[in-house]
This record gives sequence, structure tokens and C-alpha cells, in this order.
Amino acid sequence: MNVSALILMVVTVGTVAGVTIYLFVKVLRTPPNPEPDSYNANDDVEERQGL
Amino acid sequence: MGVRKDGWGTRVGLILAMAGNAVGMSNFLRFPVQAVQNGGGAFIIPYLVCFLVIGIPLLWVEWSMGRFGGKFGHHSTPFIMDTMHKNRLWKYIGVFGIWTNIAIAAYYCYMESWTLSYMFHSISGSFEGLDQNGVASFFDNYINLGTSTFGIPWEPVLFFLVCLFLNTYILSKGLEKGVEKVAKIGVPLLIVFGIFLAIKGSTISAGDNGAIYDSVDGLNFLWTPDFSSIWSPSVWLAAAGQVFFTLSIGMGTVHCYASYVKAKDDIALSAMSSGWMNEFVEVVIGSFILIPIGVAYLGLDGLKEMVNLGALSLGFKTLPYLFMQWGDIFGAISSFLFFSLLFFAGITSSLAMGTPWIGFLKDEFNWKHKPAAWSFGLIILLLALPTIFFFKYGVFDEYDYWAGTVSLVVFALLESILFAWGFGITRGWQEITANAEIKVPNIYKYIIKFVTPVLLLWVFIGSLVTPKDGNWEAAFQGDWTLDDSSIIKTLMNSKIKDKLANATDPDTIAFLEDQLFYVNASRLLLLSVFISFALLVYIAYKRRIKNNQS
Repeated sequence: MNVSALILMVVTVGTVAGVTIYLFVKVLRTPPNPEPDSYNANDDVEERQGL
Repeated sequence: MGVRKDGWGTRVGLILAMAGNAVGMSNFLRFPVQAVQNGGGAFIIPYLVCFLVIGIPLLWVEWSMGRFGGKFGHHSTPFIMDTMHKNRLWKYIGVFGIWTNIAIAAYYCYMESWTLSYMFHSISGSFEGLDQNGVASFFDNYINLGTSTFGIPWEPVLFFLVCLFLNTYILSKGLEKGVEKVAKIGVPLLIVFGIFLAIKGSTISAGDNGAIYDSVDGLNFLWTPDFSSIWSPSVWLAAAGQVFFTLSIGMGTVHCYASYVKAKDDIALSAMSSGWMNEFVEVVIGSFILIPIGVAYLGLDGLKEMVNLGALSLGFKTLPYLFMQWGDIFGAISSFLFFSLLFFAGITSSLAMGTPWIGFLKDEFNWKHKPAAWSFGLIILLLALPTIFFFKYGVFDEYDYWAGTVSLVVFALLESILFAWGFGITRGWQEITANAEIKVPNIYKYIIKFVTPVLLLWVFIGSLVTPKDGNWEAAFQGDWTLDDSSIIKTLMNSKIKDKLANATDPDTIAFLEDQLFYVNASRLLLLSVFISFALLVYIAYKRRIKNNQS
């Protein structure tokens, strides 16, 4: 392989694989958000625009 | 607010299902073909840039639209969009999010059934001893409903029915027990199979089992950067188009899956995780299978020649032959693994296509889950039959073009305008960042508001009026002759009409006239399906008014 191809390949593959693994590990390690004490009371009141 | 009856069992399940939705056959077939057709290394850089400025923003937009609509008990785009703006027309724009999925699923399930069939043919030895033409003839005979080597009449129809039954049955089991379970098995399996094939595919040396080149030559072609392409609009259009296909954005499936995410849960990190997982499969695995193997056995010119026949041709007419060069047993196993990989990629995507319709019937017409799922199967069966029986007339391609290509761009453009300008970027940004477990870079606020809609508009206009041979320079200098691939010329059937004008053989003329008929008929069919869905949305809207008044 020529050097420029090798550099682009290693950088791209390394970045994509690295970011994918990092994000997936972060998902696995992050505990789920707790339910609000009073779900309805703490929930933001959303207003729908249409019907 | 609506009551959530269905939902995701685990967050990992949601991410794998979303990744499974995005990872499809295009990761392994369309991406390499696009890369080869657009100059190899010339394609990679625009592709990655498009992923960052179109793909990622749209993922966040669709996930947040879905979670927002889910708060009001909506799980399909017509009424998700309706919650975001007062203009009543948005819900009819949202019809795209149901129609696209139904129309794509109709031909996609058929294609998925080919992979299922090829899995069996690989291990039963159907490809043993066949030369390249033999494998190509096998496929031609298959799609023309000829007698198969299994001796089963109308074998493609049988495999299609099996495939459709599998999809419908899994969908009928619900989100957690059906879709999520399949994603948890299918996605890891396809990654393992893909890594195995990628390692094997990229380590072929010239002389090994008849290889004429090192597979590294293929990697060299794919990864040698060509910075001159930065200024080629055609390459950018192709790159942007590939980002659409690969992430399954502009379809309505992401909205639907995300509508089952609880209001307290993150979407920013989940969207990124599933999106990057798709890129991993496409860039890291997908680029190391087809191109290196193709170059090793066919040479670069040979591969380019095959690629011009299209991704399906390469995947089903050529690859089994290439795998069989590795010996009868190892070749059969590799071929089986490859088509299994395509099958898992396909089924995790086609399952996603069923959920918006099911969600719509449950939300708006109080259908129970199982009947809603089986109604999806019935519609797909009816819509798929023309693609099976009139495949040679191009009905399959018509579905793919209008539902699987044009519709995605149109819907993505409109939803990005709704989100950034109708709903408003301030509220939109709050939705994206609410309960986010990663820091979303502020620059994306401006990218979503300005860059993404403008790029999408450019992609749409570029596809609408593509200049001849993609020569934009000539077009901007005044010679704007439309290419046959432009939407306008496609709508006018220019390619078929040109062929018809030049044809002299009576059989060819008769075939082209039939083709013209079937192409127009399939468009009318797709249009009538869209109108029917719009009518259902109208009825649902009237029911809502009535229920609110009573």
C-alpha cells in the first residue's frame, strides 16, 4: 500500500472503531436516569402544537 | 399524554435495534459500489464529511422528534409532526414516514429472501463448479422464476413468503420480545461474520486459489486520497446519498423507535452510539470485503466493469463465484456466512419498517398489536407481488428509486425545515440536549439550523436537475442538458423512450413498450398507496376532533 492510503485507512478505521467502542462502553457504564420523585409533577409540561 | 403500553426492554437493546435498522445490505453492497464508482479514495473524504454534517444532525433531529411525539402517545410520523407545528399540513408530510417504509419493505423483503435462499444454496453446493457466467445465469434464472436447482417451482416466491412470514411473526411479538430480541442476536452475529470475512478478504495474496492480484491493491485503490474530488459536486452528491441510505434517515423508522424512549431518558448518546455502530460496520467491515476480494480475483478494471452493473449484480452474480475460489468447503462456508450477514442486516432493517404502520394503527384506530402486525404482512405481500412477477420490467427498480431514494431526500429536507424553523431551533435544541449523557457540541445548533437544510436542498436540486454525465462545470457555463439519471428525466421515462426510438427488433420494441406500461403502472400504484395513507391520516384527524369534542 502506498503511504498516503495507509495513513488515511489507519486514521479513518482507527477513528471510527475508537469512537464506536468509546460510545458503546459509555452507554454500558452510564446508569439509567432515575424516575422523578413525582413523575407527573416534575415532568416538563409539553404543549403540542397541532390537534 | 398517551399511555405507553409497548417499549424497549433495555437501552442496549434499543441501540442494537437502531443500529440494526441502519445496518442493511447497503453497508456491504452499495457502499463499496459507490466508492468504486466515485474514484475510491476520492469518495471517502466527502463521505465522512457528509456523515458529520448531514448524518449526525439528522440522527439527533429524528431521535428527538420521536421522543417528543412519544410523550403525546404518537409512534408514527404523521402525528409526531402534527405535535410540532400548528399547520395541519405537516401531518400529511408525515405520511412519507409510513409510505416510504411500506414501499421499501415490499421490495426489500424480496431482496432479503434472496439472501436467505443463497444461504441454503451456498451450503447445498449449488455454486460448486460454476464459472462466473454460471453464477450470473443462476441469479438471472432465479429472478425470472425459472426452475431452481432445488427443483422447487417458483422458488423465489416460496423464499419470499418464508421471509415475510418471519418478519411478520417477529413483529407480532412486539418491540421487546420480537424486534429487540432479534437485534440482540442478529447485530452481534453479523459483526462477527463480517470481521471474519474482512480479515480473510483483505489478506489474499496473488496466486492464492487463483487470485491474480493481492487484495491489498483493492485497499490501495479505496484508501488513496484524491483531494481533487473535493470540488466535484457529483462525488459529494453520491456521498450524501450514501449517508442517507446507510443511516436509514428520512424514512420514519428512527422516529418510531425513538418514540418508545421515555421522556427521562437520553437520546443524544444513544443516537450517536447507534449511528457510529453503523459506520463501524460500513467503513471498518464493509470496505474490507467486497473491494479487496473483487480486485484480487477480477483486477481493478474487472471490478469496475462489474460495479457498473450495480450492487445487486455484484453481490448475487459475482460474489458467490469469488467465494468458491477458496475451495468447495471453505468457499461454501464463507458464502454462507456472507449471505447470513446480509440476511441479518436485512431483517433487522425490514423489521424497523413495519413498526411505524403498526404504531399508526394502534395509536389512531385502537388496533391490537397482533392484527396490526399481520396487516403489515398482508400489505407487503400485495405490494411485493408486482416486484416479483414483473421484476424484468423494472418494477423493483421503480420502488427502489421513488421510495428508497427520492422520498428519503424529500422527507429529510422537510423534517429538517420543520425541526429547525417550524418547531424552532431553540426548542429543538432543548429536546436534543434534554437528559443528554454526552455534551452535544454547540456548533451543531447552527449546523442543524443552516447547514443541514441547505445541504439537503442542494442534494434534492442536484438530483432533480442532474446535468449530463454529472458535468456541473458545463452546466454552470450554460450547457445544462439533463442527465437521464435526473429525477425529471426519470419521470419522463427518457431512457426507455430513447431505447424505444432506436429499437428495430420487434421483440425488443414489444418488451420496451411493456416496460413503459409496467413502470408507469408501478408509479400509479405507489401514488395510490400514498393517497390512501393520507386519507387514513385525514380520517384519524377527524376522529381526534370528534373525540375531543365529545
